[in-house]
Amino acid sequence: MARTVTTNRKIINTAAAWAVGLLIFFPILWTILTSFKTEAVAVADPPVFLAFDWTLDNYRTVLERSNYARFLMNSIIIAGGATLLGLLIAIPAAWSMAFVPSRKTKDILLWMLSTKMLPAVGVLYPIYLIFIRLGLLDTRTGLIIVLMLMNLPIIVWMLYTYFKEIPGEILEAARMDGASLKDEILYVLTPMAIPGIASTMLLNFILAWNEAFWTLNLTAAKAAPLTAFIASYSSPEGLFFAKLSAASTMAIAPILILGWFSQKQLVSGLTFGAVK
Amino acid sequence: MYFTHACRAATALTLLATTAAYADTITIATVNNGDMIRMQGLTDDFTVKTGHEVEWVTLEENVLRQRVTQDIATKGGQFDIMTIGMYEAPIWGANGWLVPLDDLSAEYNADDILPAMRNGLSHDGTMYAAPFYGESSMVFYRTDLMEQAGLEMPEAPTWEFIREAALAMTDKENEIYGACLRGKAGWGDNMAFITSMANSFGARWFDEDWQPQFDSAEWQEALTFYLELMEEAGPPGASGNSFNENLTLFNQGKCGMWIDATVAASKLTDPSESVVADKVGFALAPNKDGVDKRGNWLWAWALAVPAGTQNEGAAKAFIEWATSNQYIELVASKEGWANVPPGARVSLYENEEYSKIPFADMTLKSILSADPNNPTVEPVPYTGVQFAAIPEFAGIAGQVGQEFAAAVAGQQSAEAALEKAQAITAEEMEAAGY
Repeated sequence: MARTVTTNRKIINTAAAWAVGLLIFFPILWTILTSFKTEAVAVADPPVFLAFDWTLDNYRTVLERSNYARFLMNSIIIAGGATLLGLLIAIPAAWSMAFVPSRKTKDILLWMLSTKMLPAVGVLYPIYLIFIRLGLLDTRTGLIIVLMLMNLPIIVWMLYTYFKEIPGEILEAARMDGASLKDEILYVLTPMAIPGIASTMLLNFILAWNEAFWTLNLTAAKAAPLTAFIASYSSPEGLFFAKLSAASTMAIAPILILGWFSQKQLVSGLTFGAVK
Repeated sequence: MYFTHACRAATALTLLATTAAYADTITIATVNNGDMIRMQGLTDDFTVKTGHEVEWVTLEENVLRQRVTQDIATKGGQFDIMTIGMYEAPIWGANGWLVPLDDLSAEYNADDILPAMRNGLSHDGTMYAAPFYGESSMVFYRTDLMEQAGLEMPEAPTWEFIREAALAMTDKENEIYGACLRGKAGWGDNMAFITSMANSFGARWFDEDWQPQFDSAEWQEALTFYLELMEEAGPPGASGNSFNENLTLFNQGKCGMWIDATVAASKLTDPSESVVADKVGFALAPNKDGVDKRGNWLWAWALAVPAGTQNEGAAKAFIEWATSNQYIELVASKEGWANVPPGARVSLYENEEYSKIPFADMTLKSILSADPNNPTVEPVPYTGVQFAAIPEFAGIAGQVGQEFAAAVAGQQSAEAALEKAQAITAEEMEAAGY
């Protein structure tokens, strides 16, 4: 009896998980399907799901019109650079907060998080003016710095949570064995926190990859990443839904593939310490 | 002989070197629409002729507006050419943000630009942006549905006729709606349409002392008519519809009539986009019986050079190339006359080949009938047909547009929407020091 109840519950849970998963994935699936339609079929009413003449014309047009490789390269460099630079700063910060906390550590953590509550547009003009002065407009360096700063609170918070799970005694033992601070962080703490660091890295890479406010406002032709590539296919005067979908699919494909291959690490990292 | 060859080679090298030395790379910010994309595809012609390279930054219209405004106001210097409209050109020109385009070459023939476009892009008689293409608005209607209704569309219909025809064409059970009109909030969306329509009822935004006029009888009549027409003959969810949504509905055969930008004509008559491509008729935008103004707007997407650019020479050379008669001929030779950028030059409408395009004549008549200096019956202190060319307008019209869209959605009456519009405008104008 108890086994039947458990099995039924499992089936219900699985079905519910699939339903939620499909619901979340459906817009992406629809975008991918639309990218293979003609513009007329893309806006057909009733909508056509699968029974249409599949075409690669939209991809051909997009590749002819835009320098996809340049946008992609900019996205990789900017998202990768912002993530790595963020980790470089956040690992020592999270270490100090987790293992040598002061009375103000909690306040500092909360203050860091509070910076995320300010709408980005509120500081657009000051940052734009600073960028003009420093010659950082439309440069990858400028965007790496801004996106790193945007994501830094999240990186520090995530790493702090993971580091707190690691027993301080292990680090103490390393210290007693004569490890320096650098050795302690590099050779003891970091290897133990690899799953946490990996998931933090992946999540921040995705956040930086998808960031569309700063990347659209601070770039022009040279440093524009894939978000600008997508934006160039949006139009209020003219129907370009199929081409827009093709551009969107090309922009999200790399991150979807990355997410697919690293889902195990991502899930284990995100649920790290969730159950005690 | 040897010496001659050597001299020629040296001359050729010098010319090459000189071209290379003067070759610049210009960055152009532009919108994503068919004409602009076509221009991007033909840029090689400009590079071959001048040696200058071009980098494009293509953005969605609203993003572009915000992006270029931010850049020019802060002197960011990201762009050598900006694609701007009739709203921005006179304001930015007056601010000294744009390079005057008063020294273009004789071959360019600036006098050939349609006067309405030229005036709309000028401040104090100086042109600050060259029109790439221009548009007005007109009525698109289904000839078959009109025939079924037993009516004949006149070339210049009145609003009363439009209402009669819309009601006769509407068959909600079969998802056919007589009047597809803009309802989506935005100064370039519903407010472009409603302001133009209000002009044809004799309404105006401000009197000569900059006092808002939403409490006038003309506004009351115009907005009530619009709301009733939308309710009786409009598609469901019309408060979310703008150009693209109505274009889709019309192309799917769901609209009896649509009043919108003249550039839609080529899309509605393209069989690859529209299921009713061979059943589309054109007429001038309507007016209220007895009012000598029609409800059509005037707009141009134009190219301007921001003051302070390092590549002013190359930027002006590009503008001369892109807005010239030679460019129009280049597009015609590659993609046919139906695809040339319309509405900018007088000579295009004198061209025999172009006059064979079914909507060419109505487009020109619509453009010529719009007067940005006298948009409505009574005098106004501003220029612009569907907008008032003052910096505060976009913000105010954005808020007023929300109120009118709420009225379309049935959330409030015309009276309530106008009352709020009056209060919003009065407050903003007072704060701006008018």
